[in-house]
Amino acid sequence: MKRVVDSKEVAGQSPNYLLAKFQNLVDWAVNSSRANSLWPMPFGTACCAIEFMATAASRYDFARFGMERQAFSPRQADVLICAGRLPFKLAPVIRRIYDQMPQPKWVISMGACASTGGIFDNYAMVQGIDTIVPVDVYVPGCPPRPEGLLYGILLLHKKIKGESLFDAERRRDEQPLDEKGLRLSPAEIDEVSEPFGNSVHQFRSS
Amino acid sequence: MIPGALREEVARDGETIVFVAPERLLETMTWLKNTPGQEFNYLVDVTAVEFRDRERPLQVVYFLRALERRVDLRVKVELDAADLAVDSVWGLWRGADWLEREVFDMFGISFRGHPDLRRILMWETYAEGFPLRKDFPLRGRFSRAEQVRQALNANPEAHYSLDELSIADAWGDLPDDMRERLKRGERGTIPE
Repeated sequence: MKRVVDSKEVAGQSPNYLLAKFQNLVDWAVNSSRANSLWPMPFGTACCAIEFMATAASRYDFARFGMERQAFSPRQADVLICAGRLPFKLAPVIRRIYDQMPQPKWVISMGACASTGGIFDNYAMVQGIDTIVPVDVYVPGCPPRPEGLLYGILLLHKKIKGESLFDAERRRDEQPLDEKGLRLSPAEIDEVSEPFGNSVHQFRSS
Repeated sequence: MIPGALREEVARDGETIVFVAPERLLETMTWLKNTPGQEFNYLVDVTAVEFRDRERPLQVVYFLRALERRVDLRVKVELDAADLAVDSVWGLWRGADWLEREVFDMFGISFRGHPDLRRILMWETYAEGFPLRKDFPLRGRFSRAEQVRQALNANPEAHYSLDELSIADAWGDLPDDMRERLKRGERGTIPE
């Protein structure tokens, strides 16, 4: 079922007018409910988790945005917040947590290390968790201040409110590309993992 | 001191460093721990050093402390890169277990007589070599895509033996089916 995006344009001419109105109403109700009651699954591995805790604590208090209950089980979580660097040893762990979360689910990559590998351009570190799980919002910073994370959460609200219940793509579980379990092609992973900044003088020996 | 074991003694900044012949290490350590007047009863750390100069041998460094006497001692053995093996001191200090595993993981030095010499920081199927060796490139030997693939295919639950899990204490009290599942390395199934 294709969603009519701008219903005003076709008002009065399209036979789908009522249907579109109805869809928009349903989307509004569902998305408001989802966006205003996001249960985060904190995946804190490093110093970003300290800022995450500050965001959860009384001064910044993301419970104001409907994140009152932190779900320490992926089964009850809506948004996975990866706060901190992700070593390769944790890659299968975050992938499994993501797979265990029920749809609809979103991912926030908090901080430079989770987003790009940050300063840890070495043998042990995943160069951006988007090589492991799909990411909706990247929050830059090292670590980001609580305001930064809150802004990321609000951006995620905005994204959720723009989604449509009638878009089947959103409900489809992401399948790995092949039996290797990668979600991006090897060439893409190599490309996004390339060195940047002041580390360009280093070379891979083989 | 045991005759012939000591190769060199250095006192620097108030710290004593002794170099010991690798084949005499276990003997020397036993002497250091058990002799009255020595009594180095605490093994602080075990680590290793590889120098940029390829000609220099690798060093395994033991930090000892005598808690009652409040004395530190640093014991070093030099190992040729062709034969990286030394006796384990696990029999003297149980704390050497994970310390020696870490040295094995990072440098590839094997410890004879260690009860459970496995990788400890990297996962057990890690195939790229020993990360702290000088010939190991900072980013690893494989491409990033291959690293991601191998990491995703590692079993995150395989890092610990059952003995290391606290559940081992309660092993006898567990229900039979749970014991069976744990023996198979399974963590339970999700009911449909």
